[in-house]
Parts: sequence; C-alpha cells; structure tokens
Amino acid sequence: MSENKFKLSIPHDSVERNLGILCVFVALLVAVGGIVEIVPPYYLDDAEPAVEGVRPYTPLELEGYAIYRKEGCYLCHSQMIRPFRDEKERYGHFSLAAESRYDHNYVWGSKRTGPDLARLGTKYTDAWHVQHLRQPTSVVPESVMPNYAWLETNVLDTSKTKARMEALRTLNVPYEQGDIDNWEADLKAQAAADDGAGEDDLRARYERNTWVNEEGVVDQWTDSFKPTPLNVRAFDGDASDVTEMDALVAYLQSRGNMVHFEEGVDYYHDKFGQPYRK
Amino acid sequence: MSAVSHQEYDYDIVKICVVLSIILGLVGTFFGTFIASQLAWPALNFDNPYLSFGRFRPMHTNTVIFAFGGFMLYATAFYIVQRTCHVRIWSSKLAWAAIWLWLIGLVCALLTFPLGITQGKEYHEAEWWIDIILAVSWVLYSLNFIMTIKNRRTSHIYVALWFFLGMMFMVSYIFVFNGMALPVDMTFSYSAYAGVHDAMVQWWWGHNAVGFFLTAGFLGVMYYFVPKHVGRPIYSYRLSVVHFWSIMYLYVWVGAHHLQYTAIPDWTQSLGAGMSIALIFPSWGGMLNGMMTMSGSWHKLRTDPVMRFMIVALAFYGMSTFEGPLMAIKSVNALSHYTDWTVGHVHSGALGWNAMIAIAALYHMITYIWRPMYSVKLINVHFWIHTVGAVLYITAMWASGVLQGLMWRAFDDYGNLVYTFADSVAAMHPFYAMRTIGGALVTIGFGIMLYNLVKTLQAAKAEEGQQTAVASA
Repeated sequence: MSENKFKLSIPHDSVERNLGILCVFVALLVAVGGIVEIVPPYYLDDAEPAVEGVRPYTPLELEGYAIYRKEGCYLCHSQMIRPFRDEKERYGHFSLAAESRYDHNYVWGSKRTGPDLARLGTKYTDAWHVQHLRQPTSVVPESVMPNYAWLETNVLDTSKTKARMEALRTLNVPYEQGDIDNWEADLKAQAAADDGAGEDDLRARYERNTWVNEEGVVDQWTDSFKPTPLNVRAFDGDASDVTEMDALVAYLQSRGNMVHFEEGVDYYHDKFGQPYRK
Repeated sequence: MSAVSHQEYDYDIVKICVVLSIILGLVGTFFGTFIASQLAWPALNFDNPYLSFGRFRPMHTNTVIFAFGGFMLYATAFYIVQRTCHVRIWSSKLAWAAIWLWLIGLVCALLTFPLGITQGKEYHEAEWWIDIILAVSWVLYSLNFIMTIKNRRTSHIYVALWFFLGMMFMVSYIFVFNGMALPVDMTFSYSAYAGVHDAMVQWWWGHNAVGFFLTAGFLGVMYYFVPKHVGRPIYSYRLSVVHFWSIMYLYVWVGAHHLQYTAIPDWTQSLGAGMSIALIFPSWGGMLNGMMTMSGSWHKLRTDPVMRFMIVALAFYGMSTFEGPLMAIKSVNALSHYTDWTVGHVHSGALGWNAMIAIAALYHMITYIWRPMYSVKLINVHFWIHTVGAVLYITAMWASGVLQGLMWRAFDDYGNLVYTFADSVAAMHPFYAMRTIGGALVTIGFGIMLYNLVKTLQAAKAEEGQQTAVASA
C-alpha cells in the first residue's frame, strides 16, 4: 500500500534500463550550475567594474609573481581583503575585482596562515622584506613561515620572461609590442642594475594612461589621473645583479596601491557606472 | 544470483589498484603529517627549497585525493561494474592503460612539485602536460566503465553505478575547463582565466572535486559495499533515486561559497549559500539511506570492525554535510573563512567520511578477491587508531579556527584591534601540535593496514602453493 502512496511520478524505471538516457540526463544536469554562475560574469559590467590605475605587471614584477606561485606563497597568504571593519583596520581598503583583472592565475588564496598581502606594497621597507624572507622569525618571532634564504643567492632566471609576456598578451593582457621588445632593459632598469640608464623609458612605458590589448580594446584613463609611480631600485640592496629576491620584493611592493582610493567614494554599491564614482 | 562464475571477472585490475591505493594512502598521510609538523615546528622546513611547506603541501593533497582516493575509485569501479552487470570488464587492456597512465601522471606530479613546477591552482597543481596524461587516463577509465554497463546481462543499472557515472561526467568537465591554460614551456603555464573569472572557475573545480570525486564516487562505493557487507538490501530505493538526482543537480552550484565576501558578484555568493543549505537534504537522505541499510544488523558491529568503519564513515558524512551548509551561510563564513576551521571541515570529510568508507571497501574487496584478512584484530586496531586520530585532528582545527576568527575581529573598548596577526599565529601552536599527533595516528593506521595486506597476500600465496602441490600430487 505504501508502494502506491509514494509512487514516483516520473518513469524512473526506463532511465535505469537505458544507459543512453541515463548518461544524457546526468551529463546535462551536472552542467547547469556551472554555466549559470560562470558565464554571466563575463557579460555583466558590474561583475568587474572598471577602475583607473590597474596596469599589467612590469617584467620584474611578473617574474616576482612567478616566484610567488612557485614557492606556494598563495597557500598561506590571501590577497583578497573582505569588506569588514577589522580587515580595513588591519589590511586596508577591501579588494576590488578589477585589481586582479590581469592575474592569470588569480592569487586570492583560501587560507590565512599568514596575513593578507593584497595591500602589502609600501607598508614595509625593502630591507624589512629581505630580512623577513631570509629568516622570518628574526623580525616576527611568532612566525611559522619557512626561511627563504635561497632567494637572495639565486640569480633570476629570465629565460622565460619574454615568452611569459607574449603568452599573457595572447590572453588579452594589454602589453604592447614595445613593452615586450624592451623586456630585458625594463627588467634591469627596475632592479637598478643598469646605473639608471633605462629608468625613464621604463617609467614612460608603465606609468602611461592608455592600454590597448591585442583585440584592440582600449583602456583609457583620464588625463588628470596620475598612475602610481613604479618602484625602481635595488630591492635586495645589491645593484650588481638581479636575484629572485629582487623580483619577489618588487612584486610584493607593488601589491595594492595601483588604485587611488578617495575618501567618500563608494567603491562597492555602484552597480552601473564605470568607473566607480559618487 | 550470480549469472557468471567469478573466474570470468577480471580481478587483476582490481588487485593492482587496491595495493596501490593502500601504499599511496600511507605515503599521502605521511606527507600530511610532515607538513602539519612544519606548521607546528617550522625548523622542519630544513631551509631546503624542495621540502619547504609551500612546495610540499600539494604533495599531500594530490597524493591523498588523487592517488589514494583515485586508485580506490579505480579499484571499486572495476569491481562493482563487473559484479553488478554480471559481465567481464569491456576491455582489460584499456583498464591497464588507464591504471598505468594514472600512476605515471601522479608520479610526474609528485616529482615536479618539489621543483616548484605548479599551475598554482589548489588541488589542480600539476602542470598542463601532466593534466593531459591524467585526463586521458580518466577518459579511458570512464569509457571502459560505460561500455561494460552497455554489455551488462542485467536489465537495470544498479544505483552505485549511477553515482560513478555522475562522477565521471562532472570530473571530466571540471578538470578540463579548470585546466585550460596557455603553456609558456613544459614548466609553466598561465590559466586561461584571470581574476574574478579564474576564481569562479577554480572553485567550481575545487568544490566539485569534493562534490563528485570525493562525494558522488564515494557514495557509489557506499551504495554497493554497505548493503553487500551487511547482507541487506538498500533501505529505500526511492530515497536513493531522489538522493542521486538532487545531489547531481545541487552540488554544482555551491562552489561560490568558497568566495563569500570576496570580489565576485553578490548574487553568485547568495546563490552559492542558498544551494549549499539546500544540499543538506540530499546529503542527509543519502546518509540515512546508508545507515538504515545497516539497521537490523547492528549486532554485527560487535564482531565486525569493517562495519564499524562504515557506520562511522556515514556518521562523519552526516556531520560534514551539516557543517558545510552552516559554513556556507555568509555570516558564519565571515568568521570561518581563511581560518583553520575550513581545514578542519575538509578533514572531517576526508579522514572521517572518505578515508573510512574507502578503508572499509578495501578490506571488503581484499577478503573477496584474495582471502579473508590475515588479522581481524589488526583491522580493529586500525579502526580505533584512525578514529582517535581523525577526532584529534578535527577538534584541534575547530578550536584553532574559531579562535583565529575571533582574535582577528576582536576590538577593544577604544575601537582598536586587540590582537596583532602574530598574536593569532602564536595562539595556534598547541592546536598545530595536536593536529600533528592526530595525523600521525592516521598514518600509523595506514601502516597497520599495509602490514595486514602484506601478510594476507603472503598467506594467499602460500595457500595457492599448497593447492597446486595437492593438485600435482
């Protein structure tokens, strides 16, 4: 009797007897959720509202990012500040989607065994970073971070830098041909390994207001907007060579100050305008 | 019942996967214990790049999920599909190809991680060319499974097989789409997606690796081995139908709950939270279906440690699938996200549910395809060591996670933060030490299991020798 009471209204028996139907049903059903959540953000403007100041990485920062990923820093450090009072106090303004628009891969992380690094740039001196990476407990006694002494002695492998930039350009990161052609001069200039010869060229290239990607999409910032000046110096304190330490510290010092946050501007609730404005 | 004599089934492909799964379970939990002790005692990084936590952590996650869990899923799929379809595997050659490719892919992954070669995506670290090896293996495995069902001598497709099919389709989707990358060379590639989009795709992968590889697949294992082991039919057929379709549909949506309050659109966060809460119903339906199947055979718990693994696995499954929706609620997630609570939650699923149902299935299969286990007493010892280890691990991470979350958000009467981040790191030490002990116990448990397996295989070999001696005499 209970058999009839709860009888299924769909003929499930035929699904169980027919492999083809079962496979098609399953294959379609499991595709739904992902499509609905992943595809629309590509087409909705408010998924990644435009904001001025976010530029692609310089060659040296790009190598620093590669080291960040290679050493698995993202497993213990997030780069995604949430809109809470304590996080604002501790780390700074909450992270905007556009701030990681050129991050292939994103490095938001999922765990804070160490603190968030999204706005680490300029918070500490280069010397602090070098000492901290060499031996974290020498500056933060409670730290459980490994020592990364080899970063200082490893000369940076730049054999892939150009290929990295070309790959990213294919993925629509707005590097122009000049940026790619001058990768080596720019990399040395930023680490001050060229006695300042290439600094002006480097700044002209990465402190510009017009960015055009391979598809011809132009990102034009207003003339009055002054891009955040690049950090150009011997990051590890030694200008004679470019080490992994130079690259990683250059990357860390670039974290989170490309956007100029203004008092009183709502960067969160604007669902329509680009860029965010009152 | 059996329309085919056992000799017709190919058990060699099951046997190799059972052995590999147990060995790699021991290796993977050892890696886990090692990285856990690094967090408690950082000197164990040895100032050595190849052993440092950041490079070593994927060694643990990949070995336990894809090597231990993977070979267990290969073993059980090959075992269940033959036995419930009453037919030999469609192609033994393809099965061996899938097994070897999976092993080669994993070995390549484990050799490249210490060198810092990684895609930088959690649980999907292996570089693009290793991804291709693993994907080919997965497709061969799935194809063989589907073709075997096609050849079945039974009219209906058994429920365990539905879950395996769901896993095979979904894992193919998420592995391929999350793995989309532009190679720079053999050692480096960039994800095809950036920023927000990469985050969405990554957690669509991340959570569905849990939802399908570690849940749908393992539920398939549960739906075969629990009824088989206790000798009773599944409690409710209808519940299994509802359980199956709702799990297939709902799980896919919930990845966004890993990104609550981040820069992804608000609506995806809410959708992720809502679907996560809905997911408790099918999950608990499945848990109850498994538990109630044992109802009437409770007396066997007194003598059968394998059944103990099963019931505790289901209890942990119920607990984790309650905790998951809880943590997906945005206001709870505000506290739990970025803390050890997440790690604790993962391990209540992994050590409690996944490992225990896997261990039960492995013991069960060894008994059927070789001979009864060498020592039932040692299975019991394994059960208790594993259970105590898992509970120690999980409680340590709960306590440290909640403590971390509360310390980070504490303000004093003057509106200043009470604790520095370093204060919270220092407060974690006792919990990290306790977690290491829990992990070590689980590792010892796997060591006992491997010893028991080796002894069983020796005994099986000796018996085989005796039989041939008798036959020739």
